[in-house]
Amino acid sequence: MQLAVLMGFLLAASSPLLHRWFAHHTSLVLALFPAGLAAWLAIQAPEVIENGSILLEWEWVPSLGISLSFMLDGLSLLFGLLITVIGAFVLIYAGGYLKGHPDLVRFHIALMAFMVSMLGLVLADGLLTLFIFWELTSITSYLLIGFNHADIEARKSARQGLFVTVAGGLALMAGLVLLGVASGSWSLAEIRSMEADLREHALYTPMLICLLLGAFTKSAQFPFHFWLPNAMAAPTPVSAYLHSATMVKAGIYLMARLQPELGGTALWIGILSVVGAITMLTGAFLAIHHTNIKKLLAYSTIMALGTLTMLLGIGTEGAMIAFVTFLLAHSLYKGALFMVAGILDHETGTKDVTQMGGLRSLMPVTAVIAMVAALSLAGVPPLFGFVGKELMFESVLGAGSFRALLVLFGFIAAFLTIAVAAIIALRPFFGKRHHTPKEPHEAPVSMLIGPGMLAALSLFIGILPALVGEGLLTSAASAVVGEPITVSLSLWHGINLPLIMSIVSLGLGFLLFKRWDTVRGKLSMLAPVMRYGPEAGYESFMNGIVHVSEWQTRLLQNGYMRNYILVMLVTLIVLIGNSILLRHSPQLAFELDVRFHELVVVGTMAMGALFATISRSRLGAVVSVGIMGFSIALIFILFSAPDLGITQLLVETLTVILLVLVLFRLPRFSNLSTSLERIRDGAVAATMGILICLLIMTSWSIQQFEPISTYMIENSAPLAHGRNIVNVILVDYRALDTLGEMFVLALAAIGVIAMLKLRHGENNDGKTVESSKVTAKEPYDG
Amino acid sequence: MVKSGTIILNTAARFLMPLQLLFSVFLLLRGHDEPGGGFIAGLVAAGAFTLYLFAFGVSATKEVLRMVDPRDLIGIGLLLGMISVVPAWFMGQPFLTAQWWTIPVIDFKASTPLIFDIGVYLAVLGSVTGMVMTLMEVDKDEP
Repeated sequence: MQLAVLMGFLLAASSPLLHRWFAHHTSLVLALFPAGLAAWLAIQAPEVIENGSILLEWEWVPSLGISLSFMLDGLSLLFGLLITVIGAFVLIYAGGYLKGHPDLVRFHIALMAFMVSMLGLVLADGLLTLFIFWELTSITSYLLIGFNHADIEARKSARQGLFVTVAGGLALMAGLVLLGVASGSWSLAEIRSMEADLREHALYTPMLICLLLGAFTKSAQFPFHFWLPNAMAAPTPVSAYLHSATMVKAGIYLMARLQPELGGTALWIGILSVVGAITMLTGAFLAIHHTNIKKLLAYSTIMALGTLTMLLGIGTEGAMIAFVTFLLAHSLYKGALFMVAGILDHETGTKDVTQMGGLRSLMPVTAVIAMVAALSLAGVPPLFGFVGKELMFESVLGAGSFRALLVLFGFIAAFLTIAVAAIIALRPFFGKRHHTPKEPHEAPVSMLIGPGMLAALSLFIGILPALVGEGLLTSAASAVVGEPITVSLSLWHGINLPLIMSIVSLGLGFLLFKRWDTVRGKLSMLAPVMRYGPEAGYESFMNGIVHVSEWQTRLLQNGYMRNYILVMLVTLIVLIGNSILLRHSPQLAFELDVRFHELVVVGTMAMGALFATISRSRLGAVVSVGIMGFSIALIFILFSAPDLGITQLLVETLTVILLVLVLFRLPRFSNLSTSLERIRDGAVAATMGILICLLIMTSWSIQQFEPISTYMIENSAPLAHGRNIVNVILVDYRALDTLGEMFVLALAAIGVIAMLKLRHGENNDGKTVESSKVTAKEPYDG
Repeated sequence: MVKSGTIILNTAARFLMPLQLLFSVFLLLRGHDEPGGGFIAGLVAAGAFTLYLFAFGVSATKEVLRMVDPRDLIGIGLLLGMISVVPAWFMGQPFLTAQWWTIPVIDFKASTPLIFDIGVYLAVLGSVTGMVMTLMEVDKDEP
């Protein structure tokens, strides 16, 4: 399994090569990979259903307890199958949709990388492994939303999606670390088999809130839902795959995964069911505002994600069965509908459903697929969506807390969704023919296979729900509940309250569809209010960050050397002063045993420093600083540190040489600062000097630990085979530090050389400026 | 604006540079036991080239350096530093653990810290010489 994921990344990296060999058949070739994985998962399925889970352990960083272990249980199996099966269809579909696109290679790399990241996410057993894959999906999603990078809207949406999900990712990391600390284990399987109840743990509340923040941002729960509709700037195959079937369900997956350990408390039930219900209603309500078919679908996806969260919050056994059923049903029909939306956009050149009409005769196959998938979305028997919706109603009616609220919200969301389904299935295909930007005709086969198969599956398992109910869904629901349960799905439940609710919502939904145009007109009056949504909050927050950073850059890094030094010294004074004066009692320890020649050296040094500040010529100042440096070298030698002495001497020499070289290029030596500024600078310098002096004296009198030098002196010859301790420290004890310093030195040198040459105009032949311009491409999507 | 030097500087540089370079290698090799080491030796070598630069100018110094650009020395130095990390891995020991071998005939102790130190030497030499040389080039072209 691990091998499969790693191979997937390799395949993603090598897809440019595949493009050279297979040209426009590459999509088909790449689709073989997820198809093969799906087959492999299907072979494993009986064992998983039988035993509960398979654990495959791989060590990664054993000293930190990080492993690349994968666990395949019912829930991972369900998600894994969705990812691979829909992934294969989406790849085939993308081959048709993006045919001849110049950046198809880039698309394949990002999509494949996403696919394996997502697979790794649902299979990961280690908490940190899970987090790494989680972040990888965020990054690949960013690349895919911003696929049309020449389009400013696409870039903005990609950035927004990234910021929201990655901010949640940070919270998730904190939550996972807390989980690891609280349980004492970094493996999900181990945590599951533990005796201790994490719900009783003192860290439960902060841990849960952090984890849920991560899950809610990723799964577009209210109030973080706004990034998802904007993510529709991505090409449609991406929307179908990432932003409806897989990635946005990562948060849902995480909550389901943790439900047996963390679920069931009042906090869990309260947050999940209320946030889920609000998200569900918000998504359904906002959907009918839009005429853009992709936005319609995006908001209806938000509604579905809210439903899933709500079901997890309700937490009864029935709700869990409804959860897995709804999850599967939604992935099937929403994947198909997005691909249909892509076909419509591709063939007609518009995404506005009000601009389409009467396409039934021109695109019969697409029309049938759209209708089947939309019927499933609406929850009409005998489609699988009906089974899901029935179970949803049943769970809501059986909810322990907030029952009335959930029932009301669930009902409203259901009939709004039915209206959405009708809009998508009926509006483009029936009614009068409209003039569209492109002359529409039936889509190529490659674009019909994916949605066709998914719609067919919706119908097939709708008629025979026991096919998936007894194996796959039982196993998945058991994993979410935490103990084995049995699921028996059937289409016909007899006449009961859920069925009546279904029928009434169908009627209301159809009524709303009929009057949609007038309703939309009325709703548009709400527009001024809608502007104050969470998205406005996000915008002003981001603008605030930019303003703060502009302000602090102007204040602290204004480009003047003297200002930088002032800032650094003041910071040091505050930090050192704070810790030395407030946390320790400063000591004044004067060693009176000073030799005469030492006094002379120190006196020379002081004179040099004084002269450097009052000198009226630059050369004089340079020489005075040099005198200081050489005096310091002398002190090193007097106190028997020859290495330091030599280094100091050489550095001083080179500094003088460098100064001589640049001396001619500097502007005339003049006094720029006012006397007030000079007094301020003098005060800062004096404070710094006194503080450092105090620090040395204090640290001399406080010896909290045995100095490490004893160990180094003792072991330098026997362990490191060297008698020069300074050098042994540099190349052996602290070699890693030295390695880092080498890189810093190299960077600084390259920086200096580059700046000098650039200013000199050597590399400035105008060529680089030309190539960095973004060439405008024909906008494909979004 | 640094012009080629006087006769005294020229003669001194011609004789001093090889001596300084030799001395820097000496400092480098003995650094593990006596005062010295890669950093100091690198500075001494850089000093040697700087003296030569002052005496004879950029193009003459480039001729002395032949094919080697000081900027390449930085890269080679970093590479050597990284290479010295690798042997410990093959021995199954943690990153950067020192390895020691004795070359039998000349009874010379070779080790990964020595390789590392040579890396430091080259990186320091390349950085300083590169900076000084570039400064002088800019100086020469822009009076």
